[in-house]
Amino acid sequence: MSEKNQSSGVIGWIDERLPILSFIRDHLTHYYAPKNFNFWYFFGSLAFLILFLQIFTGIFLAMHYKPDAKLAFDSVEFIMRDVNLGWLIRYMHSTGASAFFIVVYLHMFRALMYGSFKKPRELIWLFGVFIYLALMAEAFMGYLLPWGQMSYWGAQVIINLFTTIPFIGPELGVWIRGDFAISDPTLTRFFALHIVAVPMVILLLVILHLSALHTVGSNNPDGVEIKNTKDENGVPLDGIPFHPYYTVKDFVGMGVFLFLFALTVFYVPEMGGYFLEHANFIPANPLVTPEHIAPVWYFTPFYSILRAIPDPAFGALAMALSIIILFFLPWIDKNPIKSIRYRSTLFKINLFVFVIGFLILGYLGVKAPTPLYNALALRFSEMYFIFFALLYFYSTARNSTFSYLFSGIILFFIIAYDILRINSDNYLTLLIGLSSVCLFVLFMTLSPLYTTLNREKEIPERVTG
Amino acid sequence: MRKSKIIFLIFLATLCGKVMAAGQKSQILLDYKAIENINNKASLQRGAKYFVNYCSGCHSLKYMRMNTLAKDLGIEEEIFIKNLVFSNKKIGETMTKSMSDKDAENWFGAIPPDLSLTARSKGSDYIYSLLNTYYTDSSTITGYNNLAYPNTSMPHILVNLQGEQKLVLDPNNKPKKLEKISEGFNSEEEYQQITNDITNFLVYVSEPAKLKRYSMGFWVLLFIFIFGVLAYYTKKEFWKDVH
Repeated sequence: MSEKNQSSGVIGWIDERLPILSFIRDHLTHYYAPKNFNFWYFFGSLAFLILFLQIFTGIFLAMHYKPDAKLAFDSVEFIMRDVNLGWLIRYMHSTGASAFFIVVYLHMFRALMYGSFKKPRELIWLFGVFIYLALMAEAFMGYLLPWGQMSYWGAQVIINLFTTIPFIGPELGVWIRGDFAISDPTLTRFFALHIVAVPMVILLLVILHLSALHTVGSNNPDGVEIKNTKDENGVPLDGIPFHPYYTVKDFVGMGVFLFLFALTVFYVPEMGGYFLEHANFIPANPLVTPEHIAPVWYFTPFYSILRAIPDPAFGALAMALSIIILFFLPWIDKNPIKSIRYRSTLFKINLFVFVIGFLILGYLGVKAPTPLYNALALRFSEMYFIFFALLYFYSTARNSTFSYLFSGIILFFIIAYDILRINSDNYLTLLIGLSSVCLFVLFMTLSPLYTTLNREKEIPERVTG
Repeated sequence: MRKSKIIFLIFLATLCGKVMAAGQKSQILLDYKAIENINNKASLQRGAKYFVNYCSGCHSLKYMRMNTLAKDLGIEEEIFIKNLVFSNKKIGETMTKSMSDKDAENWFGAIPPDLSLTARSKGSDYIYSLLNTYYTDSSTITGYNNLAYPNTSMPHILVNLQGEQKLVLDPNNKPKKLEKISEGFNSEEEYQQITNDITNFLVYVSEPAKLKRYSMGFWVLLFIFIFGVLAYYTKKEFWKDVH
């Protein structure tokens, strides 16, 4: 792409001073993307669309919202009732938050399926996980702003997580809140962080995410590196220019997405209490604790992991680990085969169990805790981590000594934890207790017994279909 | 195989959403289901009338602007002021109450809550069942107790319309049914209609924008649908040469 642009006129004048034409060429018209993207490849561009929508609607909300503990709740109702189309802007923003997480979860699942985090795309994945973290912070702080009961008590639960950190915890809590309890200073700083600091971080990370992506190029459902087979002009044989091919394709994805989005915004903006919780229509009251505090749905899988361990400090640690472990994914799964299409049946089952477990953890996080739910949450939390252990174990051929040692260590930890904590004579709890051990033992014994399950397929040179 | 997996996931997700905890609610309460229909202007107008006459002395609707209400319910402003405003308030103001919080606390032991958002926070069935499940109970100060809100300090304001009920317990001392012990001004059906109108009115008040978003949503969806169809055929045309 070294040839000089030959443009005259205004565009030519600008291009001599600012490389707009070469930028368009390098990143759109002559940026080659694999031609075999499927359904799962819509979610990157959709996440970008939602980011734009959130910033746009957020600006209008900030014009009418009042970050003051005495006025915040009223100002939100003012937006809902007296601001022209204020309700629409607000519902777009609240639905957008949930849509963002749906899209980002699907986007991450795509990366897991097709190994998009593997060499040479480790940095793309790392920036992506950072975006996900920043998004969680953004959503959490934004949720305090309506100053309803769930805003208040949800924030209470999450800030209390930080106070469980040994030694510095209590002071850290005061430092975050700016007070001994959540109050006006907490609201105003969350407002500042929500509308200025975190969005800037997210935008910067998105630029880094995309720059890294455009440096190495996209992965695809076959996991084939299209840059390895080029024609005489240096154009990848399996690549097509991003513009117009993927721009027009992404418009179709946007059409479908916006249809579902509008359907939610106009007809079910509360989504049965999952997108906007019912209790959040009651103003924050520090003296009245709601019967049941549930975070918004997108945090519930991690909330379940937190609650699964009765000791708050260890629960918070487990929850932190469940997110931190994502950063190490490229080094946990070093199997050179990227796509699920050519990986072993065991990998497919493992990923399938992981997704189901994650959904069940999410469901349990919405529910009020019962002994049964707690037992389930603990086991599915263990399965969450077992997924990564198995991913590591099956990423390459292992000898029998390592296999025994590996299984021994993991089983030791699970069983040791159970022996330490068990005080229950409830047979159902005990039965559920065996489930994660069984799952692990099953995975570890299946491959020696049925070697076909661990057989991987040949990777094609070129993309298929 | 991948497709079936996706279908299964979607199935599981909907299943998770559908499973609802019925909780420990009494069966009597579950029988009271409000019929929400904010497009029924006559019902909303009747609800507004009952609310102003029976509820607004103690309960405010502090987010409900009167001119918005008049417009949405199809009531002319002069008629609205004449019939539904008992103070010298301007039509652009919200429906605050005249009773002071201090008096309220002295009289009832608690400040009657603002009802602007009750239909959203607690649901319409709650309001409807609250208005229908008052029963005589000599152990309370007001002489009435309530199934939906046990030991409420709110008196049975509508007793003249409904008549009195008593609670019949089953052998396990659980509430079994409510039984009429004196006739009110209205029949059972009429009373249910009245309370449903009040509930429906409060559903409207909790979100006046609902009237707009239902009708606007159709056109937005139509626009996006046409955009989507055009985008699809554009994509198809562009991708003809990709093998």
